Amino acid sequence: MKYLDEFRDPKIAKKILDEIHQVTTQPWVIMEICGGQTHSIIRNGIDQVLPKEIELVHGPGCPVCVTPLEIIDKAIEIAGRPNVIFTSFGDMLRVPGSKKDLFMVRSEGGDVRTVFSPLESLKIARENPDKEVVFFAVGFETTAPGNAMAVAQAAKEGLSNFSELVSHVLVPPAMEALLSSSTNRVQGYLAAGHVCTVMGWEEYTPIAKKYEVPIVITGFEPLDVLDGILHTVKQLEAGTFEVENRYARIVEEGGNKPAQVLIQDVFEVADRKWRGIGEIPVSGFRITEKYRQYDAELKFDVGEIKTDEPEECISGVILQGLKKPHDCPAFGKTCTPQNPLGATMVSSEGACAAYYKYQRIKAD
Amino acid sequence: MCLAVPGKLLEVFDENGLKMGNIDFAGSVSKACLEYVPEIEVGQYTIVHAGFALSVLNEKEAQETFDAWDEVIDAANKDGIGLEKLERPD
Ligand code: SF4
Repeated sequence: MKYLDEFRDPKIAKKILDEIHQVTTQPWVIMEICGGQTHSIIRNGIDQVLPKEIELVHGPGCPVCVTPLEIIDKAIEIAGRPNVIFTSFGDMLRVPGSKKDLFMVRSEGGDVRTVFSPLESLKIARENPDKEVVFFAVGFETTAPGNAMAVAQAAKEGLSNFSELVSHVLVPPAMEALLSSSTNRVQGYLAAGHVCTVMGWEEYTPIAKKYEVPIVITGFEPLDVLDGILHTVKQLEAGTFEVENRYARIVEEGGNKPAQVLIQDVFEVADRKWRGIGEIPVSGFRITEKYRQYDAELKFDVGEIKTDEPEECISGVILQGLKKPHDCPAFGKTCTPQNPLGATMVSSEGACAAYYKYQRIKAD
Repeated sequence: MCLAVPGKLLEVFDENGLKMGNIDFAGSVSKACLEYVPEIEVGQYTIVHAGFALSVLNEKEAQETFDAWDEVIDAANKDGIGLEKLERPD
């Protein structure tokens, strides 16, 4: 497939890898933000062929993994109501809430449906005017354009039986929260390429400067990831901390302007809880006043539900780069993809699921 | 919802007042909303997330990357460095 196979060529991978070995003279901790990159790294064994000085730690960039338990409980509460059709991306159905997951709601008779796009959810709302159709609007900057469009389109069509349960999170505030923590280990970032397609990368420049960390915008194919690591290490070794775009075939500096315009109309920045990490100021979106009637949290009055995270699951520590999945006592024992205790074991982008699937059972 | 690979735009159509398209991802075709990439033309490649095209692949930039890699390979061949399959240590 064009623009795919070229970025998986083992010959070039070997060459970039050789160069990484050549330029590395001391230990560095690099975090890939995005769960898609975590998956690519583990699947392709990139972590196993890097110089031993380079440690990759896996960041919080998997939307399923950071959606707080509380929101899952709210989703379960709404989905269980008689007149509701609850729609969601498939990944979210298996994420355990404090008592059950959305699959269980479905087996108990709830109308829970998976969709690939929020527009499918709108279609269901059009076809079922006597039902309340709710879309579970989770994700990072990459899903915000679609979720904003669905709300704007519902308003345009006068579809009053559609709403979104919003749990939107933003990458740059999380990067900053990690860097400013007293336990931070991260020295350089691979920034998530597709997040930058939407928002551009202007926001990263002050972060790179303030915390003196190189930030390299990186794609998802094995060569993209290796190239991103190479350029991060080069900067670390040289003592520079620039934002570098190594994914220029997809990402432009200013991002996607039409998407930004609609996002700003439908969403406003708000404090958000991250699963396992806690509340991060101004780290997510909620629906603006103008579109309040499409906010499922208000419509179904579930704002008061509060849930604490289970103590067993250490995913929050993993997503801050402080531990690896196999450091968790539950990993592979009481927690498996078939029976996940935490969201990082549910999603294919989650670090625990990737370690399980590719058998990173023991610490290297 | 985030493992997006580039797909090739096959056709453009209107649905409920939105610009939509059918996109080929290595043989499997799916529908996506094109409202955020108004400039896209049939035959171009795009990245799609959760049913929305977010960026048109810049073929010139991609070509520059390939060219840079070609040089790397040529240089390696000249140096006689073996470039067999990437081997993983045991
Ligand atoms: S292995 Fe399971 S319990 Fe442990 S951190 Fe990962 S998801 Fe949580």
